[in-house]
Amino acid sequence: MQLTIDWLHFTPGSALTGGLMLGLGASMLLLFSGKIAGISGILAYVIKPSHLFSQDAAWRALFLIGLISAGTIYPFIADLPPASIAASNPTLMMAGLLVGFGSRMGSGCTSGHGICGLSRLSLRSLVATVSFMAAGFVTTYLTLHAS
Amino acid sequence: MKNTITFLAGLIFGLGLIVSGMTNPANIIGFLDIAGNWNPSLVLVMVGGISIAFFAFRYMANKKLTLFKEPLHLPGTTHLSKELIIGSLLFGAGWALAGFCPGPALVALGAGSKQAGIFVLAMLVGMYGHDIFYTRLFNKAH
Repeated sequence: MQLTIDWLHFTPGSALTGGLMLGLGASMLLLFSGKIAGISGILAYVIKPSHLFSQDAAWRALFLIGLISAGTIYPFIADLPPASIAASNPTLMMAGLLVGFGSRMGSGCTSGHGICGLSRLSLRSLVATVSFMAAGFVTTYLTLHAS
Repeated sequence: MKNTITFLAGLIFGLGLIVSGMTNPANIIGFLDIAGNWNPSLVLVMVGGISIAFFAFRYMANKKLTLFKEPLHLPGTTHLSKELIIGSLLFGAGWALAGFCPGPALVALGAGSKQAGIFVLAMLVGMYGHDIFYTRLFNKAH
């Protein structure tokens, strides 16, 4: 098998710039609040009814409001980059269930394990990142090439 | 002050997801499609993120307090569990099916994407499914 690069859609400049911004956001949360920017863990905490109005839910809610409003504010600065979602609605539901359940069972997602965990040289996060990437490669192969 | 910084951290993180192209599921699937036309952009997103966060974690590793002189909250678990691996495998399969992970899906929802909304709703159900039913059923402490 030979690896071919999709030069048309490879955007090294914006990918690196956006990545640096992710690092900046995660570092700000760490330096000033002492917290890990792991989106799945933060979200799962605030949606628990027993955590409503708790002190620990407040900073998480603020971070999430900032995150979500990025999508709302961006169009006022520049045109949103095009997004193409190939998945059908049933596939989106299945994917959401797996992402929600799996990120909780695995204690993290692409942000908590992939960016923060690797940055702090956590072995657990390395194992998690290798696992979800491997599952991603296999699933993509099965959906795109094995039919 | 701290609240403003927390909000801004989320905002910058979200804007970074848009700029990096990670809110476009086609870019995620393009990265995961190593047998097709491979799009390596996600590698550079991770390199960019880690290259800054690495130094932030290094700086904090020796300190026990934040810049506001408050205690750090870092995960202390080091045990490689079955749940860590199985959960991450399930997560990776879902990630590849839609091309969304939690952060980008929330940002896309904020931009008004109905499909991101469907994904996020199902994701919340999946989270509840784990935290409320699975952990109780199998008596797993979190």
